[in-house]
Amino acid sequence: MQSEEPIIQLVGLGKEFFTSSGPIKALDDINLSIERGEIFGIIGLSGAGKSTLVRCINYLEVPTSGDVLFENQSLAAMSSRKQRLARQSMGMIFQQFNLLAQRNVLQNVCFPLEIANVPKKEAVKRAMELLELVGLKERSKAYPSQLSGGQKQRVAIARALATNPKILLCDEATSALDPNTTKSILGLLKEINKNMGVTVVVITHEMTVIEAICDRVAIIDQSHIAEVGCVADIFSEPKSKIGRQLILGDAAEQAIRFGSNRRIRISFDGRSSFEPVLSNMILACKVPVNIMHAETRDIGGTAMGQMVIQLPEEEIDQTRVLNYLKTAKINFEEVKDYDL
Amino acid sequence: MTFDAATIGMLKLGVWETLFMTFTSSFFAYLIGIPLGIILIVMDKDGIYPVPWLQKILGLIINLLRSVPFIILLIMVMPITKIIAGTTLGARAVIPPLVIASAPYVARVVESSFKEVDAGVIEAAKSMGASAMQIILKVLLPEARPSLLVGAALSVTTILAYSAMSGFVGGGGLGDIAIKYGYYRYQTVMMFITVAILVIIVQVIQEVGMKLSRMSDKRIK
Ligand SMILES: Nc1ncnc2c1ncn2[C@@H]1O[C@H](COP(=O)(O)OP(=O)(O)O)[C@@H](O)[C@H]1O
Ligand SMILES: [Mg+2]
Repeated sequence: MQSEEPIIQLVGLGKEFFTSSGPIKALDDINLSIERGEIFGIIGLSGAGKSTLVRCINYLEVPTSGDVLFENQSLAAMSSRKQRLARQSMGMIFQQFNLLAQRNVLQNVCFPLEIANVPKKEAVKRAMELLELVGLKERSKAYPSQLSGGQKQRVAIARALATNPKILLCDEATSALDPNTTKSILGLLKEINKNMGVTVVVITHEMTVIEAICDRVAIIDQSHIAEVGCVADIFSEPKSKIGRQLILGDAAEQAIRFGSNRRIRISFDGRSSFEPVLSNMILACKVPVNIMHAETRDIGGTAMGQMVIQLPEEEIDQTRVLNYLKTAKINFEEVKDYDL
Repeated sequence: MTFDAATIGMLKLGVWETLFMTFTSSFFAYLIGIPLGIILIVMDKDGIYPVPWLQKILGLIINLLRSVPFIILLIMVMPITKIIAGTTLGARAVIPPLVIASAPYVARVVESSFKEVDAGVIEAAKSMGASAMQIILKVLLPEARPSLLVGAALSVTTILAYSAMSGFVGGGGLGDIAIKYGYYRYQTVMMFITVAILVIIVQVIQEVGMKLSRMSDKRIK
């Protein structure tokens, strides 16, 4: 898989909106590659440009600069007819599900097949298979208004998969759902990725969604990509300010309340654990430290942990602690107030 | 005044003429109004097939036509009426001006129904590679159906009210009777009877429209 070319390449992508109150740069020089078969996350705060980015991938939004390559084919160079055909190879699901309210479940799943001029009988057969896959076969005659949010999203997923797309774009697909339903929808997406080989792009503002299913993640902040990498790497060592903010979350704010002392963040991977590191350090340096935040998360089966500690008052003690961490080859970095 | 067979016959004819004018005009007004409404929504600058200059010009013409009082329009379009209906008198002569007056109205009613269609659903259709025509036929029209039916009840009753002015060209119908007997001959009872019949017809059309809309709306559980 590594040797294959990316399914999607965004090259110097930019998007500017011209509004009555002046131009808004929603995306600026975005360069990203999405590999075939992966689950790729794009995370950012509200207004960062996530939806614009994902809408550029299938050209629902025409970029004002740069290009989108789908299987090495430039979407910009395609005629609008070709672009529409390309879109049939890219499914999309939305936060608000966007089902046709006047069509029942089966007719909704048949919809993209009608668009693609698939004969009715064949379409119904394919739709029923997909409804079985998402566990809603017995609700095929129900109307969207009779379904729960989670069920609606399952229908939307079945519908998005109807034309056998190679990639599934999910814009905040779980943001309108409760935690349990979110979990089951994410599970379904993972299953589809694994069993059908569909590349999945997940747009979200929630770190938990990224942790749950993504292989790689891009963090987008104020129209720019702040960082890209494996979820495990980014989680254990976020390099950008926004990355730390998204990953550390509340802890960052809590830490501020403890005064102006120096603080450091220690990250662990599966090989180490909190207790020995901390107790060894305290024993070796003979100084007390204040733990301000500690957590472990399960990312792709490995325990990733991080901890923010407050250094002792005395400068000699501080140096001792830092030297100890360095020699013990433990990942750490100083946390500055302006980072939080 | 007595309720002899002649009076009843006249009222019956009046009802028939009113319904004939109303429904024939409504039919043609929708035949023209639906495509116009579709153009207004689709060619808007944020529409699925933007041609903003054409959309703006059309919007302007529609507003112009809508601001001309019907009675003036009735007279203004007489030459056209003569060509289309072959006469400028009678029920047939009322239909062309009625259509010209109500088609722009229908276009706006239809446009507002289409505006209610969830933008997200149109976006979903686009993401599946639907063409503008497919979106119009498979998304806009069916998704707007309940609202279009409510709009139709509104339009038909409005056209019915316009048709009451047909008396001025000897167009017949209940409005004609109300004016002739109630206004020119001071037969107030006759006027009230025709008005009562008009009220009943409006009620029935309105109720049927609403009921059809509710029955066809799958959003209701
Ligand atoms: N059609 C549009 N017209 C003008 N500005 C827009 C439009 N769509 C998005 N924007 C602006 O672009 C920025 C990014 O929006 P969006 O991509 O929706 O962010 P996100 O999905 O990350 O919340 C925002 O400032 C938003 O106001
Ligand atoms: Mg968004």
